[in-house]
Amino acid sequence: MGRMDTPALLVEGLSKTYRPGDAPAVEGLTFTLPMGRTWGLLGGNGAGKSTTIAMLLGLLVPSAGRVIALGHDMATDRFAALARMNFSSPYIALPHRLTVEENLRVYAHLYGVPDMKRRIAELVEDFALGDFAKRPAGQLSAGQKTRVALAKALINGPALLLLDEPTASLDPDTGDWVRTTLERYRDTTGAAMLLASHNMGEVERLCDNVLMLKGGRVVDAGSPAALLEKYGRDDLEEVFLDIARGRAKAEVQA
Amino acid sequence: MSGGADDRRAERPEAAGTGGPNRSRRQGTATRRVWGLMYRHLALYRRSWPRLLELMYWPVLQMVVWGFVTAYLAGVQQNTATIAAGVLLGGVLLWEVTLRSQMGFAISFLEEVWSRNLGHLFVSPLKPSEMVAGLAAMSVLRTAAGVGPAMLLAFLLYGFGMWTVGPVLVLFVAALMAMGWAVALAVTALILRHGAGAEALAWGVMFGLAPFAAVFYPVSVLPGWLQPVSLAIPATHVFEGMRAALTDGRIAWDHLAWAVALDGVWLAAAAWIFLAQFHQARVRGALLNIGE
Repeated sequence: MGRMDTPALLVEGLSKTYRPGDAPAVEGLTFTLPMGRTWGLLGGNGAGKSTTIAMLLGLLVPSAGRVIALGHDMATDRFAALARMNFSSPYIALPHRLTVEENLRVYAHLYGVPDMKRRIAELVEDFALGDFAKRPAGQLSAGQKTRVALAKALINGPALLLLDEPTASLDPDTGDWVRTTLERYRDTTGAAMLLASHNMGEVERLCDNVLMLKGGRVVDAGSPAALLEKYGRDDLEEVFLDIARGRAKAEVQA
Repeated sequence: MSGGADDRRAERPEAAGTGGPNRSRRQGTATRRVWGLMYRHLALYRRSWPRLLELMYWPVLQMVVWGFVTAYLAGVQQNTATIAAGVLLGGVLLWEVTLRSQMGFAISFLEEVWSRNLGHLFVSPLKPSEMVAGLAAMSVLRTAAGVGPAMLLAFLLYGFGMWTVGPVLVLFVAALMAMGWAVALAVTALILRHGAGAEALAWGVMFGLAPFAAVFYPVSVLPGWLQPVSLAIPATHVFEGMRAALTDGRIAWDHLAWAVALDGVWLAAAAWIFLAQFHQARVRGALLNIGE
């Protein structure tokens, strides 16, 4: 089976219960993310998005189920997969005393990036980091930090990119620029992306398919267009509210 | 679903899923990942002279204070290069090696906690063993930067050259550094378990061992019931060996052998505790929010 035939993510019966007796944070999650596609994880706070992403990255051991990332079982062979994956989240910082360039060098070494200087120069240009490349990461604005975090996330040219709210706290212009950059990366490399976001416009624009999570379970799934049609709504935000508030299609139409 | 064995299994070469011909390439990338972690810490020192100064400050201060104390006790303030002075100054310097080795390792790990960078590190291909190797390498550099100037000052101010012990000094230093790493691994495991709340241990745990490690006095001075405790500490045998070298001019191979063997036991126990706590941190989801 070639690399393009291997799904980016194969998730079967994934569950997580943090403490015995607690309600599961994620329960029975099953899906297959093909290469070259962008899928969204949608859900309110506490729906299980961050827990899911942490399990997909191997940061969190599932209570049940399995994750096969890029053909590697994350329970037994996660480092082989991690070398071809990457992750970005505004909630996990990069070392703030290191300059932008130093941070990129650290992660180029960790991911074994060949021709490191050329790759960093490309990213500095692509993400317009030149004006602040020699400034400590801790002194950057939120928008600049997000661009640096995305440059770090693409440093190894990942085949699978996991993004946790990639445009949170960004102004509309910067947010749009980030979305364009992500689209371009996916289209030119054939990488797969899984995106957790509260920005419904972003999800409609970027995602081929959406998994709606509530209480740790997938309560609905489909392309943004299919979900809009199913719920009879004009935008995904209304669909999100219907699902979050437990309104079924029939109620919505009535 | 999976036990702590997963973390250990992932450490084995075959887990990378490639065969023999790729072994040297794997080792190359592993070395590069270790260097990446070291570069992250060295970059901090490159621009911050106060950080470098802080590395030297305490070992040099200890050296100066104890140098004058030994000069006073020897009663020959112009000629302190006596055996008694040598034993005390040697104790100060070698204990600093143990202390700085442990702190160099544990505080480098804490830097990752303070900067909330563990999430990024642990979703990279950096394996726990490579992280430990990087932290140990940083502890060697931090110890050299801290204790080197103190050793030089001991020679310039008091005429005491630690190297007069002979080539066995290298083994003494290696055994003490290994003990420092073992303690640091256990401290790191506690930080993984209890978060930054356990960071005080990184600064203070070694001071608690000092009274039992026979740094400045032989084990025979301790009460009988305490001596087995003392003899279970690798450093105790190094300091007994150092006294044998300085006072009798002989190498106490038996003590060195005990020090090496005990280091092996301490390191194995600490590695087990670390891997168990690392796995537990992955079960609890602590790797993302440690530091809060």
